[in-house]
Amino acid sequence: MSRRYDSRTTIFSPEGRLYQVEYAIEAISNAGAAVGILATDGVVLAAEKKIISKLLDTNAVGVRREKMYKLDDHIACAVAGITADANILINTARLAAQRHLLTYQEPIPVEQLVRALCDNKQGYTQFGGLRPFGVSLLYAGWEEGRGFQLYQSDPSGNYGSWKATAIGGNHQAATNILKQDYKDDITLQEAIKLIIKILSKTMDSTTLTPEKLELVTITHDSQKEQVRYHVLTEPEMKPLLDEINKQIQKEKDEES
Amino acid sequence: MEYLMGIKGKDFVMVCSDTSAAQQIITIKHDEDKIIPIDNHKLMATSGEPGDRVMFSEFIMANVRLYALRFGASLSTKAVANFTRSEMAKALRQKPYQTNLLIAGFDEGAGPSLYWMDYLATMHSMNIAGTGYGSYFVLSMFDKLWHRDLSQDEAFEMMKKGVVEVKARLVVAPSAFQVKVIDKDGTRLLGKL
Repeated sequence: MSRRYDSRTTIFSPEGRLYQVEYAIEAISNAGAAVGILATDGVVLAAEKKIISKLLDTNAVGVRREKMYKLDDHIACAVAGITADANILINTARLAAQRHLLTYQEPIPVEQLVRALCDNKQGYTQFGGLRPFGVSLLYAGWEEGRGFQLYQSDPSGNYGSWKATAIGGNHQAATNILKQDYKDDITLQEAIKLIIKILSKTMDSTTLTPEKLELVTITHDSQKEQVRYHVLTEPEMKPLLDEINKQIQKEKDEES
Repeated sequence: MEYLMGIKGKDFVMVCSDTSAAQQIITIKHDEDKIIPIDNHKLMATSGEPGDRVMFSEFIMANVRLYALRFGASLSTKAVANFTRSEMAKALRQKPYQTNLLIAGFDEGAGPSLYWMDYLATMHSMNIAGTGYGSYFVLSMFDKLWHRDLSQDEAFEMMKKGVVEVKARLVVAPSAFQVKVIDKDGTRLLGKL
């Protein structure tokens, strides 16, 4: 009896749909948003923090970052969805990256890591008794030859390469603004401002504060031949947020 | 006895091997190709136990091609060399391959590279490299002749001198040799010695 129930999670409905997978994708649409933009000189990822309790010890290793993870020296990701599920995927991704480095003594190509992870995710939509991973991810990376890259993946195991994209709550609104404001020669600084603007418009709260936001940049230092993963600190974010908040306030005043 | 030599130049790598297939005291044939193409811009020169040599090089070649099909991009010479080394090291504690090899390749950007590897999975990136009894004479000679801006003609001359030395001094010298070169245009046979 229980077998019949379990296996149903990954069986087609009479209309030819996989409900569990669709539900998983739907669940993510209610999670905290994450946005990524590919710029000419870097990639920027931003995510909305949901837990902003005063009592949270943000110095403890496990909770210092809610949504941003470094997968390898040259790849980082932002997650939207069930963080517990994401942790499993991130562990898998880190392992895959190190395995590649061990075997070939070269960093794993970004797309290959995304593909490896998506193969894993797809398995959970096909085999009985399993539940799909309830997470979408944005991957930002740099590699020799192909330069900066941005990928997105969802619970079904689909992935795509993007110039700019958003996942999680209100992602539709976010992508609409991206479509409007993205240009191919956007710089990292412009991209950071755009990403903050997008989040301030799609998040519920009226004014943005640094503790509600996680911002990460991936840049490449061609002299040192190093990829730099940088988490923007509060003092770095503050002036940017103030500027955007002011701008939005001005727009509102003009409207009224 | 088997002989492999490799020379890395400014924009090419040259590899020389004997072409004899021997079984105990008998030479079975004189035209065995021991320099195997891995892909368009990589070569692997192999020596050692004949069965192991063929099995191992085909295994590596198949994996490199599978990788290219799967991911739509081919591995660099460095990556292939390190992959080969890791497979050799893995086999060493299970069913070791008795194969010594040279890996030569040309990559856009990185340029030419030459790797020496033995059956114990020791690997080095080299300017000149060799295996077999013959290399004991020739390596010291190449040490003297090699320089950074070596041309293909100079390298071919070096290979010829090496073969002359082996034929003159080594009791168990092979009778026939071949030289292949690899550069930005791919691999080709330079000649038989």
